[in-house]
Formats: sequence, C-alpha cells, structure tokens
Amino acid sequence: MAEVIKVSTMAEYMAEGKKPEVLFWVGCSGSFDDRAKKITKAFVKLLHEAKVDFAVLGTEESCTGDPAKRAGNEFLFQMQAVTNIEVLNGYEIKKVVTACPHCFNTIKNEYPALGGNYEVMHHTTFLKSLLEEGRLKVEGGKFKGKRITFHDPCYLGRANNVYEAPRDLLRKLEVELVEMRKCKSNGLCCGAGGGQMFKEPEPGNKDVNIERTEQAMEVKPDIIAAGCPFCNTMMTDGVKGKNQEGKIEVMDVAEMIANAKDL
Amino acid sequence: MQLIAQIAFFIVLVAGIGFFVFNIRRVIRNIKLGRKVDRSDNPGERFAKMAKVAMGQSKMVKRPFAGFLHIIVYLGFIIINIEVLEIIIDGVFGTHRILSFLGSGYNFLIATFEILALLVLLGVIIFWLRRNVTNIYRFLGSELKGWPKNDANYILYFEMVLMILFLTMNGADYQLQLNGADHYAQNAGIAGSFPISQFLLPWFEGFSNATLIIIERTAWWLHIVGILIFLNYLYYSKHLHILLAFPNVYLSKLTPLGKFDNLEAVTNEVKLMMDPDADPYAIPAEGSEDDVPEKFGASDVMDLNQVQLLNAYTCTECGRCTSECPANQTGKKLSPRKIMMDTRDRLEEVGNIINEKGSFKDDGKQLLDNYILREELWACTTCNACVEACPIGIDPLSIILDMRRYLVMEQSAAPSDLANAMTNIENNGAPWPYNQMDRLNWAKEN
Repeated sequence: MAEVIKVSTMAEYMAEGKKPEVLFWVGCSGSFDDRAKKITKAFVKLLHEAKVDFAVLGTEESCTGDPAKRAGNEFLFQMQAVTNIEVLNGYEIKKVVTACPHCFNTIKNEYPALGGNYEVMHHTTFLKSLLEEGRLKVEGGKFKGKRITFHDPCYLGRANNVYEAPRDLLRKLEVELVEMRKCKSNGLCCGAGGGQMFKEPEPGNKDVNIERTEQAMEVKPDIIAAGCPFCNTMMTDGVKGKNQEGKIEVMDVAEMIANAKDL
Repeated sequence: MQLIAQIAFFIVLVAGIGFFVFNIRRVIRNIKLGRKVDRSDNPGERFAKMAKVAMGQSKMVKRPFAGFLHIIVYLGFIIINIEVLEIIIDGVFGTHRILSFLGSGYNFLIATFEILALLVLLGVIIFWLRRNVTNIYRFLGSELKGWPKNDANYILYFEMVLMILFLTMNGADYQLQLNGADHYAQNAGIAGSFPISQFLLPWFEGFSNATLIIIERTAWWLHIVGILIFLNYLYYSKHLHILLAFPNVYLSKLTPLGKFDNLEAVTNEVKLMMDPDADPYAIPAEGSEDDVPEKFGASDVMDLNQVQLLNAYTCTECGRCTSECPANQTGKKLSPRKIMMDTRDRLEEVGNIINEKGSFKDDGKQLLDNYILREELWACTTCNACVEACPIGIDPLSIILDMRRYLVMEQSAAPSDLANAMTNIENNGAPWPYNQMDRLNWAKEN
C-alpha cells in the first residue's frame, strides 16, 4: 500500500478551472482523529477505485457547528455555518458527501435556512449509488459469512430516516447480518451526541456506550459495523471496556468494503 | 317528579360542561403565554399525520400489548360516547331510550357498547395490574411518586366504575322491560340487546319493579354524573391527552427529527457581524423590537413556544420517552417525561399567579433550577429517542435544547469540557485543539 492517492482540494480544482462531481466533506473527526482518519482513507480509496471525481476543502473546511448547536451555542453554530456556506457557495458546490452523520445532518437540514443549499449524502448512501450505477463492485471477500451487527447512528437513522443503505452494503458483503434488540428507529444512542463526546458523562450507574456494547454482545457479532466516527470511538471504547478486544471488531461500513476489496 | 329530574339533569349538565369550558379556557390562556410559532404549513400532511398517529394509534402499537389494550379503551371511549348522547337526550326530555326507534340497528349498537364496556373493564384492570403489581421500568420512575401515581390509578378506577354502572343500568333496564314495567317496556318489544348485562339478571331475581327502578335510575344518574366529573377531572389530571393528542400531533414537527430550528434572533446578529457595511453603533429605530434584546433560549415557561406548552398539557406520563432515553437507562437524572411534567407544573404555577393577581408577578421561581436541574439538561445526547417514542408527537428534546441555549448564551454556564470544545471550534475550527492548517495532513499519511 505504498501508493498515496492524490487528494485534490477545491482550490486546486478552481485553479485548473475544473469542477468535481462531488465534494467530500471530511469533518473534524475524519481529519484529526487517528481512528476516524482510517475511515476517511478507506472511503477515499473507494472513491478512487470507482473513479469518482472528488475534491475536499482541506484547510478551508471548518467544524459544521453541530456540537456547538446541540450544546446550546446557537451563536457559534451560526458563525460556523455562515462561514462554511460562504466557502461552499464560493466554489458553487452542488453535491456533498460525508462519512460523518453529524456533518450530514447539519449541512443537509440546518444550512438551507442560512443560505446553503446542497444535495447532501451520507457516504453509505453514496457508496450504494455507486454500486447501483455499476461503478463500484462489492463482493464478500474476507467478511463472507461473518456475523455483523449494524449500530444505527442517531443522526443518520432516527434523525434522517436512513436505515437501509448501510445494511444493503453489508448484505453485498455476504455477511450474516444480525439485528440488535434495539435497532433502526428504536436504536440506542452510543452516548456521544449532543456534545457528550467532548465532556464527562453526568453521574449515573453506567456509561451509555457500555450499555450499547452489551446490547451488541447479546447477538454475538464478529464485527460491530458503524457509520459514524463518534459511534465508532464509543463502541471501540465499549468493546475495550467489556474486554472483548480480539473477539469483536468495530469497523466503519466503508472500511469493510475497502478491506474486502483488499484496497 | 319527572320534571324535577329533568331540570336537575339540565342544571348538572350545564354546570358540568360549563366548569370544564372555564378550565379549558385557562389552559388556552396559559398556552398563549408561550412564544408564537408558525405551524400553519402543510395542512394536508399534518392532517394525514394526525389521522395516522392520533386517530389511528399507529405509534401506540409499537409496544403491541399495551398498544392493543389502549386501542380497546380508546375505541370503547369513543363508541360508548354515542350512548352518552342518548343519555343526555333522555335526561333533558324525560324520554327513555329515545334512539330505540332505530330497531335492529339500535340493538346492534347497544350490544356493541356492552361488549366494548366489558373489554374496556378488562383492559383497565390489566392496566391497573401493570401499574401496581408488575415491575415495569417506566412506571417506577421517581417522578411518578405521590400524586402522579395516584392520579393514574384514579383514572383507572373512574373507568372501571363507569363501565360497571353502565352494565348495571342496562341489566336493570332489561329486567324492567321483561317485567313490562311502565315507562321501560315498549310496545315494539325489548329495546336494546344485552349480551353482557343479561348475565346480571340472576342477581335481580325477586326484586320488585320499584327496587329495580331505583337500581336502574341510580346507575343511570351516577353514570352520567360520573362522566361529567371525569370530564372535569381531566384538567386536574394527566388525562387531557384524550382531547389534546389530536391538535398536538397536528402541530408536531414534520421536518426530519435531526433538524433543529435556527434561532432567528441569532441569525440577525450574525448577519450584522458578517456585514461589512453594518454600522455597529446604529441606534435601533424608536419603538422597534430591538429596544429590549431578545432573550436567547429558555429559563422559564414563557420563553418556550406555544407548541412546547401544548406538549406539556398533552403529556399523559406514559413514560415511553423515558424508557427509551439512553441517559435515563444508564442511571442519569434526566427523564424526558419529567421535563414535560415539570414544564406543565411550572406553567400551572404561573397560571395560578395570574388567576390570583390578574397578571404574572415574579415569584422568585423559574423552570430552570426550581424544576429542571442543569444536571438533567446536560445528560441529554440529543438522540431523539424520546421524540420517536412518544405516541402523540411530544418533543421533550426541543425544551432541553432551548434550556441549554439559555445556559450557554445567557449565562455562559456550559460544563467546562464543553466550553473548551466550543472555544476550540471558535479558534481553530474543530472541537479539539488542532491547527486548521493541519486539516489535510491525513491525505499525506499512509
């Protein structure tokens, strides 16, 4: 894997007078968090494989403002939103794809009222469309027959009713898809939303990610599939907390597809 | 004697309905203390949602057992009310079973009422057992201790008694008709069909017509007076949902659950900041709304919007929200049901001050801290499980968010870790202290 895929920025595209098919909104986790960066890279490999003409904002990207908004800082949220919208509109962006459901929800639902109107897709939905267009082939590979349970990210599932795209992708991997007791619209949060990712939990008798990990363990999966960098972190910590490392892996759907293809 | 009964009935009826209307007007006045919110969009879609969720009980059956029992009680409540119509006409005009001219259709109706009455009675008994005997998580919450638990049981007792009275009334009536008693027996034969109350007849054996009439009249009167008392009890109980569920679902959010409203007052400020031509020293036009800067977020019920306050009156404390809440399940103080109960309790308190003093005078209390604790607000993950779980479209999350907004924007009182994350976003565009210029470094790593 010596080859580093060239990731172009919008500024570079602009300089060449070109426009990409889609903007990949990487998000803060995907840019900085070591675990989430692996998801970013896996997704980029898939984009590259499917010959998708994409660009990123790079250093011009900034937090969407999601954690600020959910924590109650509407002011900071709108400052972030307006700044980002200026950048996006400056590049005349039409289509955005992101591997973070929080960025997805915010740009899709909360930016329009502030002047940012784009077609926004979660990476699982986007990958599914690539599959349907025949641009990407997905086969079972090393995950064939493995027991996988999908943890619904709140901001993808309940918040935006996307339940099937990630599951459809997993089915393509010919895995044995098992559902947790709490799934889809009844799915239990990983515990990171609403700014919880950045603070200590309030006093209680258990951490939410432990509760969710226990629910996952009930179905005895080989892998917990996730579609959100925050969920990924929380579930990874949960698996560690339950001493299940080595038995249960936590992987993003995009990572699984890239892995299956040996990219 | 008959005339006195008619007059007495009329007075009871008018007083019962009148007092209910008096209280409902107070509810409406209290709801109007909230901020205005426009939900006049998409009437068709709203009506369809109301038909499906409120009338069709589509979310109730997500929990099949409780949902099934609830549908029986709900159908019973609606359908048996047709009988109440006849009771009212009979009461005012001194007639007996005025609708019996419908013939076999009438028999069918009465038979249906009887079967439903029995099913409702059984359903309500099972509900009582679930609340008082079994250990169901959502009925054990600390916010249900005391009055809320009693309230729930009173409602169930009311319904049990009303159904028993209804069946007793029918049974005695049937026996009187069989005996050919004056005023009861009809030339056309037996009016009504009594598949359930016929089983009461052995108890009435050997009773004189006079005794039977006393039983029938007593049951009849207690039944209708009981209904009027129950109607008036609604306002004092958690049971207003039988009326408010419909407007509440109609007015509920249609947009994706993840979409939180953008505060307009903030948008105006942000626009001003971003506009290079704006004059920061501009004096607002005289009399304009800008004289008093709008308060950000909510610390008391008047800061919430009218739909949120309607939500509070509509909540029937079933606790489905709380049982789905990740914070509550893991032992945190937050309970979305308590958020709704607190909002209503505080709104009632504010309403009582207005009742006594004519207008609201500061009583040194507010929704924040005196009712809802910061610890509850900060435990929320904004996962929308509570909103999804509510069978009648209540949105506890929107109240939590508005109160967080007050804490953060008016009081700068975010938990310190969270405040750090926000400072990072402000300074370097990410919740962690990484340099924005390093944002693309991942692309160069292997």
